[in-house]
Amino acid sequence: MTVSSVGAVTTTLLLVGVFLAVMLNLNEVAENVEEDVEIKVLLDVSAGQEEIDTVEQNLEDMPDIGTYEYSSKEEELKSLVDSLGDQGQAFELFEQSNPLNDAFVVKPEEPEDTAQVAEDIKQLDHVDKVNYGEELVERIFTFNEYARNIGLALIIGLVFTAIFLISNTIKITIIARQKEIGIMKLVGATNMFIRWPFFVEGLILGILGSIIPIAAIVSGYYYLYYNLRDRIQFDFIQLLPFNPFAWQLAGLVLAIGAFIGVWGSVMSVRKFLKV
Amino acid sequence: MIEMKEVYKTYPNGVTALNGIDIHIDQGEFVYIVGPSGAGKSTFIKLMFREERPSKGSIIVNDRDLAVLKKRKVPHLRREIGVVYQDFRLLPKLTVYENVAFALEVIEETPKNIKRRVMDVLDQVRLKNKARFLPDELSGGEQQRVAIARAIVNMPQVVIADEPTGNLDPETSWEIMHILEEINQRGTTILMATHNREIVNTIRKRVIAIEDGSVVRDEHRGDYGYEI
Ligand SMILES: Nc1ncnc2c1ncn2[C@@H]1O[C@H](COP(=O)(O)OP(=O)(O)OP(=O)(O)O)[C@@H](O)[C@H]1O
Ligand SMILES: [Mg+2]
Repeated sequence: MTVSSVGAVTTTLLLVGVFLAVMLNLNEVAENVEEDVEIKVLLDVSAGQEEIDTVEQNLEDMPDIGTYEYSSKEEELKSLVDSLGDQGQAFELFEQSNPLNDAFVVKPEEPEDTAQVAEDIKQLDHVDKVNYGEELVERIFTFNEYARNIGLALIIGLVFTAIFLISNTIKITIIARQKEIGIMKLVGATNMFIRWPFFVEGLILGILGSIIPIAAIVSGYYYLYYNLRDRIQFDFIQLLPFNPFAWQLAGLVLAIGAFIGVWGSVMSVRKFLKV
Repeated sequence: MIEMKEVYKTYPNGVTALNGIDIHIDQGEFVYIVGPSGAGKSTFIKLMFREERPSKGSIIVNDRDLAVLKKRKVPHLRREIGVVYQDFRLLPKLTVYENVAFALEVIEETPKNIKRRVMDVLDQVRLKNKARFLPDELSGGEQQRVAIARAIVNMPQVVIADEPTGNLDPETSWEIMHILEEINQRGTTILMATHNREIVNTIRKRVIAIEDGSVVRDEHRGDYGYEI
């Protein structure tokens, strides 16, 4: 019984730990992406300086816009050529008759508002098109939301199972110590005096159950972090640094383990210890 | 001082165990509670230390009104009352010394006081030489003396005993009675439910007879009064 309840805490915390590690990293990625979200506002090809100034004035007046920056078609071409490396040289031919548009690069004040801001900008005069990584951003957000909900449901279920098993284990100790408890009451022990050993037992079960998960999380994250860090290509995907993240996560797992243990004992003390 | 006024006790299953009890016991009295099986003696005793609550009426023990005593005050009441049972209720894995000390540990007495008090009461029940024994290594009478030592170790004003000689042979029973008498002579009230005619008729004390949950007789220096 003791083994199975500690085992339940261990399983729960392992999953909690992995889930939290994944979720928090995904959140970080999402935030990085969010922060990098740019809306590219392409102006009409025919737009001259006057039109550019009008658009700029309009952008200035929009409240949801954080920053914006003008990028002429020559600059646009140059950055395209640069980003393509060797293959880009072919495009240098276009320098004479540049097919690109003058553009503004806009960052919304709140990344969540990107879609709305893009839509508003699209309505402005002299704006040909707006582009932003709509697909990617939306996908990351929906994925995160799904993962979070499924993970939370799973974890809440597991936490309750673990609490239930712990409270059962403690119930067995309470029953085994019924005689002792009866005598304690007879000679005038206070309820708190009778209860606290069971809280301590719950706490110890919870902490025992968190040892393996903490070891696994810290070593697993260490391995992943130092092996994957340099292999990941995209600069918006970055693992949270091992120190302090893994230690914070370990602390959190320990706290959840202690909570499960104490809560389990509170439940069975309430139910089975009529003091 | 113990006082019961119009005390009724009906258990949740509908059995009425006490049916209007009025009683007054002064500090320092020695009282036998007698009566046929199922009369309500144990129930009467359980009401004294709030093992059970009365359904109606008031019970005053050591100036506390048990009918309205708050739950968290119950431990304090119990520290003023020593309880002894027929089946001793010792903890089998603890030594004689530890069993008695347990009663002081749970009320968080200091280690120094614990030692002094425990040796004191073990001396009173003449078990000082067996302080390190386990309950299993003792005779029934000795086990009951340990239980009595535990009951008196925090110097209660009242000792209540439910058939303390119920499991003992006649000779051992006398031993226990002499110890209870000694405790009584120090001013402690003793309340003892018993079926032991010989004891009641020999060591003459106040006798309260209960039948069907009512007091049917209350005599100073009374006798047992029932045929077997
Ligand atoms: N916890 C309980 N729940 C329900 N009924 C009870 C309970 N304890 C006692 N009774 C009933 O109350 C009545 C009085 O019981 P009690 O134990 O007080 O008698 P007693 O005088 O001590 O008997 P004995 O001499 O056999 O020990 C009995 O009818 C008994 O069945
Ligand atoms: Mg009885």
